[in-house]
Amino acid sequence: MTAAAAETGIGMARPAAAVGTARQRAWDAVARVPDPEIPVITIEDLGILRDLWLEEDGRVVVAITPTYSGCPAMLLIETEILRALDKAGFPDARVETVLTPAWTTDWLGEKARAKLRAFGIAPPERASTSKRALFAEAKADCPRCRSSDTERVSEFGSTPCKAHYRCRACAEPFDHFKCI
Amino acid sequence: MADKTLLFAYLLRLADDQLILGQRLSEWCGHAPTLEEDLALANIALDLIGQARALYGYAGEVEGKGRDEDQLAYLRYERDYANALLVEQPNGDFAHTIVRQLAYAAFMAPYWRALTGSKDATLAGIAAKAEKEVAYHLRHSAEWTIRLGDGTEESHARMVAALEDLWRYTGELFEMDETAQAMAEAGIGTDAAALKAEWDSTIAEVLAQATLDAPEVKHMQTGGRTGRHSESLGHILSELQYMQRAYPGLSW
Repeated sequence: MTAAAAETGIGMARPAAAVGTARQRAWDAVARVPDPEIPVITIEDLGILRDLWLEEDGRVVVAITPTYSGCPAMLLIETEILRALDKAGFPDARVETVLTPAWTTDWLGEKARAKLRAFGIAPPERASTSKRALFAEAKADCPRCRSSDTERVSEFGSTPCKAHYRCRACAEPFDHFKCI
Repeated sequence: MADKTLLFAYLLRLADDQLILGQRLSEWCGHAPTLEEDLALANIALDLIGQARALYGYAGEVEGKGRDEDQLAYLRYERDYANALLVEQPNGDFAHTIVRQLAYAAFMAPYWRALTGSKDATLAGIAAKAEKEVAYHLRHSAEWTIRLGDGTEESHARMVAALEDLWRYTGELFEMDETAQAMAEAGIGTDAAALKAEWDSTIAEVLAQATLDAPEVKHMQTGGRTGRHSESLGHILSELQYMQRAYPGLSW
């Protein structure tokens, strides 16, 4: 856990202006890495990229957090980050995984939500407060026709972070980004 | 500063529970009754294995002997595993899998919630993620319990049989041995016995809607925490550990 990520708490950890251009260049390179399973958004959009700093010897360290404990994309994301840094002139970088604070869909900004919708994935609703209600069901609007007349097919979809829904109005099957 | 040996043992049993159940569930992959269910069970297995990895990794650090998550998962023998007997029970039919999931998730939901307040910051961090995940696992198994219990004559009968077979393994979850007690007192772990009332009420709510009854169990089975397992665990480990036993140190 780094100080920068701790201070920001909920929300994106952004590089402070005073830290200089090397960090900014490294951040820009890493921030462009797409999510391997939802390539329309970047790991920065998704809130997986938590922090980045330079060690005394100039090596870059990147802190990322998983959406779900068993997210199988983490290794690939790590590889992509290291490749992006290497290309940007930062070889020998290191990626650390942080679990605190736990990732939440609240970190998805409006821009990311719009990108998800355009890609055919219903974005998560704001702050899931009903997780203790045993039979609560998240509502999702159809990303294709915007109808709210939708039904959940399965709470577990094509990736750990998505559920499977169907639109009753236009019959479109779609993924819904789960709220956690 | 808590005793490192006790903390290591505590993290290990918690990791073993998640790994063994995750491994069990993954046996459904490609065999579940429907495609949606195949994805659901694989997703739940993935969550559990992810939780286990975080716990093993941290346990290895605490132990300080250079063992990593892989060595702890692949190179310990059956008697060194301290998982509860419930999680190693065979998948059986779909009803057995669902009953096992319901009993376990209804226990882990309050357990992880309690651990989010652990004085051990790493464990609290793992718990904060797991708490969100187990809420989905609980809802999944509760919905299936109702669908099957209050379903056809056949599905109801299968749920009754599964409850009969598996309920004797639920008592062990609430046991507090020396390790659990010491961790609870140190503010690192939690008092599992104190979660029984919430578990009872969750189970009662679900079973009532499912038109099912929890069986009366005179003698609860126990032994997993001290390495005395049912014959099932050996079979799980022989599959889980085969590659590392046959080719030590093999990597992808």
